[in-house]
Amino acid sequence: MIPELGHLALILALALASIQAILPLAGSFTHRRSWMAMARPLAWGQLAFLSLAFACLLWAFLSDDFSVLYVARNSNRLMPAVYKVSAVWGAHEGSLLLWALLLGGWGAAVAASGRNLPPQVAARVLSVLGLIGIGFLLFMLLTSNPFTRLFPVPPEGRDLNPLLQDPGLAIHPPMLYMGYVGFSVAFAFAIAALLGGKLDATWARWSRPWTTVAWVFLTLGIALGSWWAYYELGWGGWWFWDPVENASLMPWLVGTALIHSLAVTEKRAAFKRWTLLLALCAFSLSLLGTFLVRSGVLTSVHAFATDPARGTFILVFLCLVVGGSLALYAWRTPEVSGGGRFDPLSRETFLLVNNLLLTAFAALVLFGTLAPLIYEAMGWGKISVGFPWFNRMFLVLMPFLALVLGLGPMTRWKRDQTGRLVKGLGIAALVSLATAGVASLFPPKTTGGSLLVALGLGLAAWVLLAHLAGLRDRLRRRRDIAAVAADLKGGGRGYYGMLLAHLGVAMFIFGVTMVSNFGSEQDIRMSPGDVHETAGYRFRFEGVTTVPGPNYRAVRGRFLVFQGDRQIAVLEPEKRTYFTSPKPMTEAAIDWGFTRDLYVSLGEPLGESGRDGDWALRIYYKPAVRWIWLGGLCMALGGLLAITDRRYRITRRRAKVAADTATARV
Amino acid sequence: MKARHKRFVFVALAILGVGIAAALAISAMRSNLSYFFSPSQVAAGEAPTNALFRLGGLVVKDSLARQGDGLTLTFAVTDNAATLSVSYTGILPDLFGEGQGVVAKGRLGEDGVFYAEEVLAKHDESYMPPEVADSLRPVQAADGTETAAGR
Repeated sequence: MIPELGHLALILALALASIQAILPLAGSFTHRRSWMAMARPLAWGQLAFLSLAFACLLWAFLSDDFSVLYVARNSNRLMPAVYKVSAVWGAHEGSLLLWALLLGGWGAAVAASGRNLPPQVAARVLSVLGLIGIGFLLFMLLTSNPFTRLFPVPPEGRDLNPLLQDPGLAIHPPMLYMGYVGFSVAFAFAIAALLGGKLDATWARWSRPWTTVAWVFLTLGIALGSWWAYYELGWGGWWFWDPVENASLMPWLVGTALIHSLAVTEKRAAFKRWTLLLALCAFSLSLLGTFLVRSGVLTSVHAFATDPARGTFILVFLCLVVGGSLALYAWRTPEVSGGGRFDPLSRETFLLVNNLLLTAFAALVLFGTLAPLIYEAMGWGKISVGFPWFNRMFLVLMPFLALVLGLGPMTRWKRDQTGRLVKGLGIAALVSLATAGVASLFPPKTTGGSLLVALGLGLAAWVLLAHLAGLRDRLRRRRDIAAVAADLKGGGRGYYGMLLAHLGVAMFIFGVTMVSNFGSEQDIRMSPGDVHETAGYRFRFEGVTTVPGPNYRAVRGRFLVFQGDRQIAVLEPEKRTYFTSPKPMTEAAIDWGFTRDLYVSLGEPLGESGRDGDWALRIYYKPAVRWIWLGGLCMALGGLLAITDRRYRITRRRAKVAADTATARV
Repeated sequence: MKARHKRFVFVALAILGVGIAAALAISAMRSNLSYFFSPSQVAAGEAPTNALFRLGGLVVKDSLARQGDGLTLTFAVTDNAATLSVSYTGILPDLFGEGQGVVAKGRLGEDGVFYAEEVLAKHDESYMPPEVADSLRPVQAADGTETAAGR
């Protein structure tokens, strides 16, 4: 009965979403307060029913109800309870339910905080969220129902893909989805603004914290995914330019452009149309990401052929969202007034360049990801766009972004003088150049890398020093510690958040440069007792033992790692065989540190069925690889710090006043 | 007038930037594209001899053999019409298996052996690389039998 209850809850949520999509919107145009006021209870109701549906599916997993097809496919009695929970969103149907639930959550959050919004805006935003909810719930109910029953009931489930049975991956999708879905709020604000025709700084100020929160979650989600791929897939890479990864990177790039563009719109009332367009694009790319990854269309157009209903629904839904919003954009934006003027040397210019670079890179990633599909559809042959192409594109564009990143925060809005900039940033520039020069004296093992090392380290130093220079100026203006503390307590958090996030970028550049140029990866053969030396570390292979796990059996290798004469680590990589799957799974063992990771994973036994105990092994030395994810973490924390800025709290209290004055000004 | 000029400069710069980026993207694409061929196409001489391409098919049962150093492997890839032997040095992905689909990236040697630089693993074990499923399809249709690995 419980699964049917879940199914019913989904249908009721769809009904509520339909009312939410129509009634408040209609009310906002016909000035019926009671209709507009319906939006809030409807949003809460939708969240309640989606939570109920989610709880039902969770219950089905925890009680091993294999009469539910989705549970039978993705769970197993022996699976630890934690992974039974994460299996709820481990595959297509459940992840859609999670998406819908999070959408309900964001909707309720808007409803809760929206008391400070003018009723028309709140009603329209919630209506747009309702429309998106309809799309997802219909998709789920028509093509991907997680509650479909299975008959006859199998005695045992098929188990969750062993790759997904990992704590990192248990929380990665919810984070990523919080980001994807969060952009729906930015999208809804943009649509509401277009519908109302009132595009001013207040709109940007309302939408900014929401967008930043979504961006924070997306950043964390991507960083977690990259970290997971690093330790779980056993190849020691942190980014593969896989379509699945690209699908999450594109909304992140556009979202990053959006939060910067929103800053300009809020502070200077410029870039209005561009900001709107970015908000529409960020969400469209999020949709594309969710759908294409889960439906398998990105790997091949054949996914359409194997499941035409899903493919068609996705195409129609995407066309409606993208086409509809762009049509509205084309219809409404000519009425938008032009923004504030600015000089070529101003913060606006640098933010404009930042936006162009980010969106250009997003467009390139989109092109590279979809090119194989286009080629195949056109009958030009089957191609793949490799790793090197994406890397080259990244290297062509991103150094300019880092350059501008150092300049932007130091430059004044509207107009600045070259002399002032040189005075403020001269030392930083010189030290960065010197860093690059020194770095080029240490050529890496990779061919032609010394230029890249100089570029990477120089830019990391530049981003760091330019921001420190900015901080020095700010502290000098504040004079004493008490003033700085007050700054942190109040309106300065936006600045310090920016500082932290940008330092995250410097850390990221440093990590990427170090690991790409000075890391080493070796596939070798070792017998028990053998010693292998790499980058000053000696690895002694002690042989393997067999150990049991809850739903698998593992072969565990043992390595002693020495630096000089001192033993610094014991590494125990595993090769697991899950009972439900014929294929083994590699679990790498990693000794991590801020300066380097040592990474060992088991390949396969060599020789006559392990007679001599020889193994093929991977031994990696990864300098500063942690800085990549720590950088991501700093970016996310910076975003969080920025949204606690007093400005937004004041906004909430004075929203109405501000809205009135802004309209008066326009 | 001045503001309009400024905007014109901005737009021109943006268009120039996009143009350069597009040109770079396409030229880099040309050198980094890798085409996909089936063993039959290679046998028919359609595959390039000195360029990277991807080869896909089924790993022939009992064809996996290790060479002296233990890290170099050879195996045969078939599309049920033609068979090609592949040489690879390194550790195979977990999902590699005899009788299963595989995609290898590498070059065709003078000796007719395909020297793989990379053997692709997919994240899902029930997953057959689409190209492989595709290259097997015409053969299956021709002899009307279903192979164990065919979808």
